[in-house]
This record gives sequence, C-alpha cells and structure tokens, in this order.
Amino acid sequence: MTWKQLFTSSLGKKFTMAFTGFFLILFLIVHVTINACIFLNDGGQTYNTVAHFMSHNWIVRFLEIGLFAGLILHIIQGLVLWKQNRDARPIKYYSNKPEKNSTWYSRSMGLLGTLLLLFLVMHLSHFYVGTKVALYGGDQPHNLYNEMRETFSYWWIVAAYIIGVIALFWHLMHGFQSAFQSLGLNHKRYRPIIQAAGLGYTVIICVLFILMPLAFYFNWLA
Amino acid sequence: MEHYHMNLTLKVWRQKNSQASGNFDTHSVKNISSEMSFLEMFDVLNEQLIESGKEPIAFDHDCREGICGACSMYIDGQPHGPWQKNTTCQLHMRAFKDGDTIVVEPWRSKAFPVIKDLVVDRGAFDRIIQAGGYISVNTGNAVDANALPIDKKKADDAFDAASCIGCGACVATCKNGSAMLFVSAKVSQLALLPQGEPERQSRVLNMVAQMDKEGFGNCTNTYACEAECPKGISVANIARMNREYLGASLGSED
Ligand code: SF4
Ligand code: FES
Repeated sequence: MTWKQLFTSSLGKKFTMAFTGFFLILFLIVHVTINACIFLNDGGQTYNTVAHFMSHNWIVRFLEIGLFAGLILHIIQGLVLWKQNRDARPIKYYSNKPEKNSTWYSRSMGLLGTLLLLFLVMHLSHFYVGTKVALYGGDQPHNLYNEMRETFSYWWIVAAYIIGVIALFWHLMHGFQSAFQSLGLNHKRYRPIIQAAGLGYTVIICVLFILMPLAFYFNWLA
Repeated sequence: MEHYHMNLTLKVWRQKNSQASGNFDTHSVKNISSEMSFLEMFDVLNEQLIESGKEPIAFDHDCREGICGACSMYIDGQPHGPWQKNTTCQLHMRAFKDGDTIVVEPWRSKAFPVIKDLVVDRGAFDRIIQAGGYISVNTGNAVDANALPIDKKKADDAFDAASCIGCGACVATCKNGSAMLFVSAKVSQLALLPQGEPERQSRVLNMVAQMDKEGFGNCTNTYACEAECPKGISVANIARMNREYLGASLGSED
C-alpha cells in the first residue's frame, strides 16, 4: 500500500478529516482561552500582551502555518467527500425519512462547514489581516482590543458572529465524537465519556465565543 | 392482536430494465389482512396484475423469514419499512391502516443498479467478499469442535458481526451511499477469530479497496446504518475496521 493509496482511499479521507479536525479542536481551545482574557476587564491590557506575544513568537508563527495547512486540508477533503457522496446516489428517493435514523446536524456537516468557511473569510478580514498589516507595515503597536471594540459596535457584525458560532456549535456536536469513531476509538466504556466531553467542550467554547461580541456591543467591559 | 382488513394505495417504482428510466405506478389493493406480510400483500397485487393482463412487479425475495437479506424495498422512506430491526418479509400489514398510501422504491445507490422494478444488482457486495472475505483452511480431517480456545467475548462479537445478512439496507439508507457497515461486519467477523489471522492485514486492505472501486460513498458517521440494519449490526464494527485498516496500511509492507 502506497501513501497515495492510503490518503485517497475512503478510509484515508476519514483519517485526514479526523486528524485535522482534532488539530482544529485543539486550536479552538488556545483561541478561546486567549480571547477570554478580555473578560479580565483591565481595558484589554492582558489580552493585548498575549496577542502581541502570539503574533511575534516564532514557534507560534510556525504552528500557524500548520494550522492553515490543516484547515485547508480539512476544507478540500470535505469538498471532495461532499461531491463523491452526492455522486454515490445519482437518483434520489421520492420518499425519504432520514429523521427516523440520524440527527440533522450529522447529515449537514457540508452545509455547516460552508457556513463556517464564509464566517472565516469575514472573521479573518476583520482581525487577521489587520494584525498582519500592523505586524509588517504599522508604525505603532497594534491594539487588537480596541479593534474588537470597534468591530463589534455594529449590530449586523455581532449578528453574523452569532450565526457563525451557532454553525460551529452544531459542526462540533457531530465532529468531536465523529473524529474518535473515525480513528477507531469506539469503546463501550469510553464512548459515554467521549460524548460527554464533546458536549462540554462544545458548549463551553461556543458560549465563550458568543459572549465576546455581546460584551463589546452591550458595553459590559471597561 | 386485533385482526382487521384494509384497502391501500400503492405507489410502486416500475422500471423495464437497467437502461430504461422508470416511473411510479399507482395500484390499489383491497381487503388486505393485517396478518399478511408485506410480501404477501405484494403477491396479492401481482395476482391482480396478472389477471388483468399486466406485467407483475419484479421484487427480490427468498427465505421470507428474515435471514437471507433478499427482500430489498424502500418503503415509505425507510429501508424495509417502518419497523426497526426488521426485514420487508417480516414486516406485517398491521404496520399500516386502512386508506394508507404506501410508496415503494428500490435501493438507490450507484453501486446497486436497478435491474428491474424493485430488483437491484447487489453484485458489488459479492465482489467485496471475494476480495477478502475468506480464510485459508488446511485440507484433511476436520478439526475437532472447540479444539481451538476462543475468548467468549470475542466469539460473541464475531457472532454478532456474522449475523449481517448482506441485505444492503445500510447502503440504501446512508445519505452517502456508504457500504461501511456491511464491510466492517465482514472484516470484524474474521478479524476477531484466530481462523482469520493469516489474512488479517491483506483482508481489510483488499476489501476496502474493492469497496472504493464499486462506487460506494464515504462514511461520515451519521449512524443511520445502525438504526436501519435489520440485524442491529453496531457501528463499533466500523471503528474496528478503521483500526484494522490504519494498522494494516501503516504496518504492512505490500
Ligand atoms: S450490515 Fe445490516 S443493513 Fe448492512 S448488509 Fe448487513 S444486515 Fe444488511
Ligand atoms: S426474503 Fe429473506 S430476509 Fe426477507
């Protein structure tokens, strides 16, 4: 079996989705933890310091390349799966009741993923681009905290972020436990733990993320 | 259980051959007993069609006792109809009420082309089995039963996996048209037993390669297959196959 055969096989694609998914799950922990510094209510001092470290440290910058590579792989593989799976049933059923046998979000990962991709484009244009411009061209230190405050003063941006996080919620509700199953980690004793951990992780991450734009919009922070 | 009779409208897929395009035909059947099986109701309908000089509806069936897996029908949006862990031949008409309209379609999958009406070609499953669903056995005297000790739990799990009847309901219901539940049941059954050890790595690699070649979709863990499988085959088998495959593809040298 060659590496190419492994990666292009149906199971290989599953493994790629699961591995990159895990990586993104870990990334979200780092992301939400750093952003939660805004809740320290110190006018963004701690948050700006950590953000500055993250955008200047070489190890983090190196990991960032891995993050983008993983993300792009996850997206491309997802699109390939979507197309191949659609082609596997050229004639659809006239009458079909999928709600009798599976959850709507487990069947909608492509749609949820597409929403997330659109959200990401907006999100990166809001914060990532500005950070990079400041890093390479700016003459004064970048105040990401103020940029958040500015961005989240518009209600439609706040609304778009809430929709994005809701899409993330359902994507993770399926994706977290699915990644374990794909890597063969399905065990009677651990399955309930994985499911509970997935639910806990998803709720905590999404609630924290949703609170951020709301906190700025409603002026809960100093 | 109360015995009653019903009149029904059936919307059935009719297709001359694999090349023809096909369409739904509507038929009505009268005075159907609630104690009939779904296939017996189809027998009544076919008698009716023959008597009026029409072509009877082609459908697959064999054992009519839930063990052969032949009776593929997508009934009212579910493979084998509304009952859980059940085949079409074991679906009884008491699942329906007087005046119901029932839609009956063939399995829909690129890998299972329709041959005629409700009959599909499940040869893809046979080719997957040929690719690795076997063990090598020495010729000569048969080995004594129980001469080879096998862990009870493993024997039970292998037996559960072996109860797959190859009906194809998992493929039919999966939104991706994936055959993972079937293939994983066959891989698990042999991977769990010492008799399956010699071909353990090549088996999973070859069966998955054949599965991919047949045009089945990719599994995305919706678990619809497990919910609709007439034998209740568990998706834990899919996880086992994933492990076997990962191990074999990273470990084997060919
Ligand atoms: S796994 Fe279940 S649904 Fe699939 S072929 Fe076997 S018995 Fe039928
Ligand atoms: S006819 Fe054999 S399982 Fe239904």
